[in-house]
Parts: sequence; C-alpha cells; structure tokens
Amino acid sequence: MVKDTKDHKLQSAGAKPPTLVIEPNKNWQLQAWRELVRYKDLLYFLVVRGIKARYAQSVLGVSWAVIQPLFTTLVFTVIFGNLVKVGSDGLPYVLFSFSGMVIWNYFSNTLTESSNSVVQNASMITKVYFPRIVLPLSAAFSKMLDFLIGFVVLIGFLIYFRVMPSINILWLPVVILVMLLFSLGIGSFLSALSVQYRDVKHALSFLVQILMYACPVVYPMSAIPEQYRLLYALNPMVGVIEGFRASLIPTLPFPYVPFGLGAAVALLVFFGGTYYFHKFERKFADVA
Amino acid sequence: MKEIIRVENLSKAYRIGLKQQSHDTLFGKVADMVKAPLRNLKNLRSLTRFDGAEDPTVHWALKDIDFTVNEGEVLGIIGHNGAGKSTLLKILSRVTEPTTGRITIHGRVGALLEVGTGFHPELTGRENIYMNGTILGMTKKEIDRKLDEIVDFSGVEKYIDTPVKFYSSGMKVRLGFAVAAHLDPEILIIDEVLAVGDVEFQRKCLGKMEDVSRSGRTVLFVSHNMTAISNLCKRCIVLKQGTISKIDDASDAVKHYVHNSIKTSEVQQIRFVWDLKSAPGDERIKLLKFSVTPANSEKIFYKDCAICFNICFNILDDRVKVVGFNIYLSTMEGVLVCHIGRQLLKEEMNGVGLYQTSLIFPPNVLNVGWYSANLMIGLNTTEPLIHTGDIKFNIIGNKNASIIKELKGIIQPKVKFSVKKLKNTAFEHEEGK
Repeated sequence: MVKDTKDHKLQSAGAKPPTLVIEPNKNWQLQAWRELVRYKDLLYFLVVRGIKARYAQSVLGVSWAVIQPLFTTLVFTVIFGNLVKVGSDGLPYVLFSFSGMVIWNYFSNTLTESSNSVVQNASMITKVYFPRIVLPLSAAFSKMLDFLIGFVVLIGFLIYFRVMPSINILWLPVVILVMLLFSLGIGSFLSALSVQYRDVKHALSFLVQILMYACPVVYPMSAIPEQYRLLYALNPMVGVIEGFRASLIPTLPFPYVPFGLGAAVALLVFFGGTYYFHKFERKFADVA
Repeated sequence: MKEIIRVENLSKAYRIGLKQQSHDTLFGKVADMVKAPLRNLKNLRSLTRFDGAEDPTVHWALKDIDFTVNEGEVLGIIGHNGAGKSTLLKILSRVTEPTTGRITIHGRVGALLEVGTGFHPELTGRENIYMNGTILGMTKKEIDRKLDEIVDFSGVEKYIDTPVKFYSSGMKVRLGFAVAAHLDPEILIIDEVLAVGDVEFQRKCLGKMEDVSRSGRTVLFVSHNMTAISNLCKRCIVLKQGTISKIDDASDAVKHYVHNSIKTSEVQQIRFVWDLKSAPGDERIKLLKFSVTPANSEKIFYKDCAICFNICFNILDDRVKVVGFNIYLSTMEGVLVCHIGRQLLKEEMNGVGLYQTSLIFPPNVLNVGWYSANLMIGLNTTEPLIHTGDIKFNIIGNKNASIIKELKGIIQPKVKFSVKKLKNTAFEHEEGK
C-alpha cells in the first residue's frame, strides 16, 4: 500500500510540468544542486570534452600526464635530494617527491583550469542556461585522469622500491575525497571571482608555483618546527599530501591531527566556495 | 486556454561605460595611474550593483514589461536592434536574471539563442551532438534515441566522425540546428536562427518551425523576417526601446512595426544630393540629385502606388547632344529586376542650365520588399560618365487594400482572374460522343 501511494506521487509529480519563478536575487542554491542531477550527462560530456580536447592532435597524447610530473620530480631529486639533501622521512627521495608531486600536480592543474573554466566558456553562459557549477566541477573531474595515470606510475615506483602498503591504505579514498573537495571548493570560488575580476588569472599563474613550497612536496612536514605544525596543517594540502604518503608507505605513521584539521578546513572551503559560486552565478551572463 | 507564462513588471538594467576624464598634465597622469586600481575596483564592483536609479551609467534594456502567454500559443517578438528582444529571451531562458519583476513559467523551457553552443573544434560531429544536446538540457538517453534522426536532418552523415574543426561553417550550423530541432520541451524560445545556411536548408528549418508551431507547443519566436512572423505566429509583441509598443494579432503587429520603422529607419537611403563642388560629372554635365520617392508624395512606398525616380542635373555645355539615363533596379539579393533607360536629346533640352527629369515606375508591378537602384549617366550614347551608389527603399503593403498574405516572387502584378462555366457535364470527352 505504502509503496503504491509513493509511486502514484512520483508519477503525478512527473506528469505535472514544473513551475519556475524567475525573480531578482532569488537564491538558486538548493535548486542548482537539484538541477545538477538532471544535468549529470552534461557534466559527463564536459569531462570527456576536457580530456579529449586536452590531448587532441598531440603525438604523445596522455603520456604528457606522466612526463610532466616525472621530469619535475627528476629535477627535484637532483637538486633537493642530492645537492641540498633535504630530508625525506627515510624514503628514497624520488619516491618521496613523486608521491607529493602526483597530488600537487592534480591540485595546481585543477586550480588553474577550474578558475578559468567560467570565463573560458563565457560564450556558452551567455546563450544557454545550465547549472553553472558544472564548469568548475568538470574541470576538476577531468583532471582526475591525469591523477590516476600519475598514481599508476607511482604504484610502479612502489613496486620497484618493494614497498608493501599496510592497513593504512584504507585511508586512501578518504584522502582523495578531501583532496577533491578542497580542489572543488577553491576552484569554484576562484572561477566565480575571476568572472568579475580577471586579476585572479594573473595572480594564480605565479601563486601556484609559490604555493607548492607551502606544502610538503619537496620537504617533509617533520622539517617544520614543532610549534608551527598546527598552523601549517591549516593548509588542507598538508594533511592530504602527508596522508597520501602515509596510506601507501607503511614506515610513515598516519598524520591524524594534521589530516583531521585539514579535512575540516577543506570542508569549510568546499561549502564556502560553492556557496559563493551559487550566490554569484546569476550575474555571470552580464559580466562575463 | 491555460496560461503558461506570466511576465509581470519586468525590467533589466545594464551598466554602460562612460568616458573617463583624463588629465593632461604629467602630475595628473601619474596621479591617475596611482588611483587606477581603486577606480577599476569601483567600476568592476558597480557592474553587478544597482543602487541609485538616476545613475547615468545605467541603461534600462527592458522597462516594466507585462504580458502573458497561453499554452500552445506561438508568440512572435519583433523590434529594432537594441529594442530588448534578446534581453527578454535571455531572462526567460534564465541566462541572466531580471533587475526587477517576476516571471512565472509552468513547464520546461528550451532556449535556442544560438546554434551549436558548446561545440568543440577538436571533437567529432557525433561527440558534439552529445555535447550540444546535453547543454540544451537533453539527457544522453534522449540523444541516443534521436541520434539517427539528428544526423539525418543535418545532412552531414559522411563527416559525422570527423572533428568539427574540419567542417565548413555551413555544416557546423546545420549540425547545430539539427540538434536544436530535436529538442522538445513544453516551451520553446527561439532567437533568429533561421538566417543561416543555404536556401535549401532555410526552407527545411522553416518547415520544421511550422511543424513545431502546429504541434501545440508554446513557442516564443524572435525574428526580423516579417513573413515568417506573420505566417507562424498568432500573436506578436512589438518592442520599442525596452517597452512594449504593441501586442496584437501577428499581422496587425507587423503592420504597426513596419509603418513605424519606415519613419525612423536609417536603413532606407532614398536620396543622394551633392553640392556644386562635390557633384559627380565633368565640365559638360554634373549630377546634383538622384532620389526615389513615392509618386503620391507620401513617405511610404506602397505596392499599389507608383514610384518616382528624380534626377537633377546641370548642363554646363550646350554642345551636349544626348544624355542617357540608365537606372538599374535590383532586389537586395542583387537580382536585376529591370534596366530603365531613357535618352534625353538635344532638342528636348534648352542649352546650359539646371534640369530635372522624372521617371515614373508603374504601380502594382514590384512585390513588397526591399529594392535598390543605381543610376548611370552616359553622354552622347557611348560614354558612361557617372555611376551613383545604391539608393535603397522598402515597398510595404497596399495603400488601398490590405494584403491578406504575402506572396513570393519579385514582381507581383495585378492579375485578372475570371471563371466561366462551359458545360453542365464534367468530362470533356463525353462531348465527342
């Protein structure tokens, strides 16, 4: 009986055309998330488009996703591992920096790509309505392919150095989720901001390079003085990178406190960023 | 009939740029440079804020629009460039939000403000169909189902797996329209997309539009093609500078719009006048004026009124024997309708002086529409001497009787019809028995 009425309700809701009210300053927050479900196919095709278009008409194609972090890692290994002798928590420096590089590469690429995503697709925004959030989302998701490829190469490194993951590997999905949420949050915030202020693009182009040194990519967190570590861990990427390493390499203890702190900040950034995006998206077509 | 769209008190403001005051002194320039970031910030912020209503940088693209649309109605929207047509469509399709007012829509809206939105040059035609379709609000399943139809309609089957960057622009447009044509929301909003593609494809599009409008769907249709508007729409809104100047039956609204636009039109170029210095010609003859006017001395060219071409010229040398006037009358597409020739012999002129000659073109020959005419003057039958630019004029409906339906063709003479009954039996071959 109960099931019947439910079905009936669903049917009548489907048959009756939805009523839409357009008003100024109407908050589309909830509606936008609901519409995202309806437009999930668009998100899918935008992700596919992002991936295909990026590697179209190039000889090496997707290999670039490997070459780019690999070369950077090689340079870092020579400079920081061999010349300057930065610590690496007892790991081979190549493994240490490449594992950090895979994460950082994803984050920085997503940041640049998604902050540009709305401005770049201005022609779409001024012509068609669709939930605007799919633009930064698709940028972040399409970069996941590069991340996965880098991850596979990393597994190759792990096998080469005969590293066997411990039970901590169960943290891996959580770490990646936090990375994704943080990237999405900051990406949607910056994409909305750059619609009105193109300064974002200029600032980001060099900030991304500098920001890497605020994360434990080329040096371990243990290099930071004890009393500043909590402050340092407010940057979610710290917990993500350290957590990522710890979930794969058994000799490293999982950094519960920094990771928990970073995850909380990442969640805040995610909700704050998407909130800002939704609040501002109604004006995109007029300003972009 | 059920009301499906209600628009109340709708307005939309945009920021327009004002000229910045600049300093000419070095100190002023330096001070300007220092202050620039602050000023830029203020300007950028003001793009999305509208507080003071009396701000001179605020332009109201739409002001207090009210109307309703019933279910199954095909509503046309016409108006000059900048009248607010596209802004209205953009608000209705939720691309941008109104500044004030409220719209209630019962049903799903599909908007077609451009064809091929989201096309990516590196993707193949097939991939772009999915891309474009999902942007317009279709699901993957829906597109899967309609894919063959879409490909078929577009007429680019052969190249469907080729990246779109290798397509000709016409192919791209056709593919885009094919996707759009298979959209079926309850309410369809269309902005002037028919002005693309070759003649064959335009006919196909218009046919599709007719199907849609007959299918009982609600359609809002912006166009400059008055024939299409009066054929497809029942009712029509005329927008003028952001306000509704008329809502009426399509044919009346079109008439209202056309009559009003003749007065204000800048496109109609009905005369060339030169002063003595710049007048074309040589030391024997100079052209001073070439104009076209309705023969009844009104301002509007009617189909059933004669058209008068006036030519003013100076004869500066009394040895000129023959002056030949040649008017080439063409359609706007460049089809020569006729060549009107007239020769003025020495005997008809009276030596040096200012002359005017008029050529009256008979009524009920040209169909309604735009025409252009240029004048060539030749001397002594062989020498072409003066070529003028094109004057352009628009012939609209009849003055004395209203046109029920616009017929196709360049000429539209009054044709006499007659009918006579020959026999009471229907078959001719019985006669031979």
